[in-house]
Amino acid sequence: MKKLYSNKLTICLFLLPAILLFVGVLVAPIVMSLYYSFFDWDGISSTKTFVGFNNYKEMFTDDTINMGLALKNTCILALLSVVIQLPLSLFLALLLAKGRKGERGFLSVYFMPVLISTVVIGQLWMKIYNPDYGILNVALRSLGLEKWTRIWLGDKKTALWAAFVPTLWQYVGYHMLLLYAGVKSVPPEYREAAMIDGAREGQINRYIIIPYIKPILKISVIFAVTGSFKSFDLIYVLTNGGPAGATQVPSTRMIELLFTRNRYGMGSAIATVLIVMCFVAALLIGFFFREKED
Amino acid sequence: MAKNTSHSGLSPRKVTKETLIYLFLGIWALINLFPLYWMFTFSLKSNKEIHGDNIIGLPKNWLWSNYETAIKNGHIFETFKNSAVIAIITIVIVMFVSLMATFALTRFVWKGRKTMNKFFMLGLTIPVHVAIVPLYISFSKLNMLDTIWALIIPYAAFSLAMAIMVCTGFMQSIPIELDEAACIDGCGTWRIFFTIICPLMKPAVATVSIYTFLQCWNELMFATIFMNKIKTLPVGVQALHGKYLVEWGPIGAAMVLATFPMLIFYIILSRKIQDSFIAGAIKG
Repeated sequence: MKKLYSNKLTICLFLLPAILLFVGVLVAPIVMSLYYSFFDWDGISSTKTFVGFNNYKEMFTDDTINMGLALKNTCILALLSVVIQLPLSLFLALLLAKGRKGERGFLSVYFMPVLISTVVIGQLWMKIYNPDYGILNVALRSLGLEKWTRIWLGDKKTALWAAFVPTLWQYVGYHMLLLYAGVKSVPPEYREAAMIDGAREGQINRYIIIPYIKPILKISVIFAVTGSFKSFDLIYVLTNGGPAGATQVPSTRMIELLFTRNRYGMGSAIATVLIVMCFVAALLIGFFFREKED
Repeated sequence: MAKNTSHSGLSPRKVTKETLIYLFLGIWALINLFPLYWMFTFSLKSNKEIHGDNIIGLPKNWLWSNYETAIKNGHIFETFKNSAVIAIITIVIVMFVSLMATFALTRFVWKGRKTMNKFFMLGLTIPVHVAIVPLYISFSKLNMLDTIWALIIPYAAFSLAMAIMVCTGFMQSIPIELDEAACIDGCGTWRIFFTIICPLMKPAVATVSIYTFLQCWNELMFATIFMNKIKTLPVGVQALHGKYLVEWGPIGAAMVLATFPMLIFYIILSRKIQDSFIAGAIKG
């Protein structure tokens, strides 16, 4: 048996497909992106001009790229996810996991938007936001709040918020489900013991359940933050970065640079920035949660 | 439940609290469902109804012709088929590759297997975007753009980390004694893998399949950029939007066609689908 399970050749054969796929599609492209990011290149011609770190500098100084704004927007989205989306999900999870009547029904309904394609969600919310016929403005008008109506996605002041709401709508169910599963995994004796000691519901949640599900909270925070950094589909469908860059995020800018302006070097530089951001965020969040545990 | 009986002598304050909680839960459920209901109704209306006569009610005239238009002009069935083919092939590849890798990572004893596992787990944080430039260049050199493989390969690679993570959890729970017994009976590694391990991994296969399916079913970026003639469902719906800026009916119909099969599937399998998401995130 031992001999069977230590055969080097068999190990290699079993791992080979996964390694090929992983290295070919993930690792090699990272290295290549990093390499391209130091060149000025249109993607077609065989000559690449080495420009050092110029792409990284230019993305912040060139107003038509304005990476500073894109980074700011993506950070706002990440922050909103963490401070609005997650508490709401946690609240719902705590309410449902207590064992209420109809909890499975509510859970199933809340999870529905997660399964819908982002394109459909984007299109649907565009209709909801439609300035003339969308239900949002129609509802405001019928309530006599005419002056609150807006061109939600076309107004620089509201566009980013308007783009955030569908994300919230789509993913609250996802985070809620994870947290719900976490709360359900708390041994019931803990809750009972606390109740015998006279703890109130809020205290049980705060001192027993939330500390217990910290590892899942950590995963939720990582998913929410890196998910915001990666967000592309919804913004692409809703505003494609507009109006006047108000909802521009790195990924939409990257696609524009690559496929409409043929700036492969610059696009690769943005891709590299994105990878670094995701890794740094994951590490920082992991570190933050570890500190708290000690 | 014991807890509920202790609640039976509820004080009026508790009753109001419970009512408020249910009110909140109900409102949130409504926020989740109403846009879908609205989408369904406007997919069957004319612009005249959508834009004034009858904004949120059920359609007065059920305009099924919107669906005809969407299917004909948006090629919804064709894009549906493309998406399905791509998703199924991706799932088969992901399953096969991840089961093999997991077998090597959990059953075999060798130096560096922990490091190898960590290496695969990097895939969980890497954003899909980073691959787009190099993949686009490679695929165009290999003349693979606008073939289904241009999507299947990246989709499979990006689902791999999650698949290995889920499979590891399940495979570790299969007792090693089974392998030993098979070994004594004269089975080689490949036979143990195919006849003992794989059949026992059915729950993991279900979980990973559902997860992978949704990943590639909804993907937009690669599908827009790598494909031209072969369109996937999300791209098809998006393209229809350009054609029907004014007419809401047909685009609504396309959205319903893209969404409702999935939702029906979900209603039948909701428990299983939810569990697959939980397993995907929490086993890590």
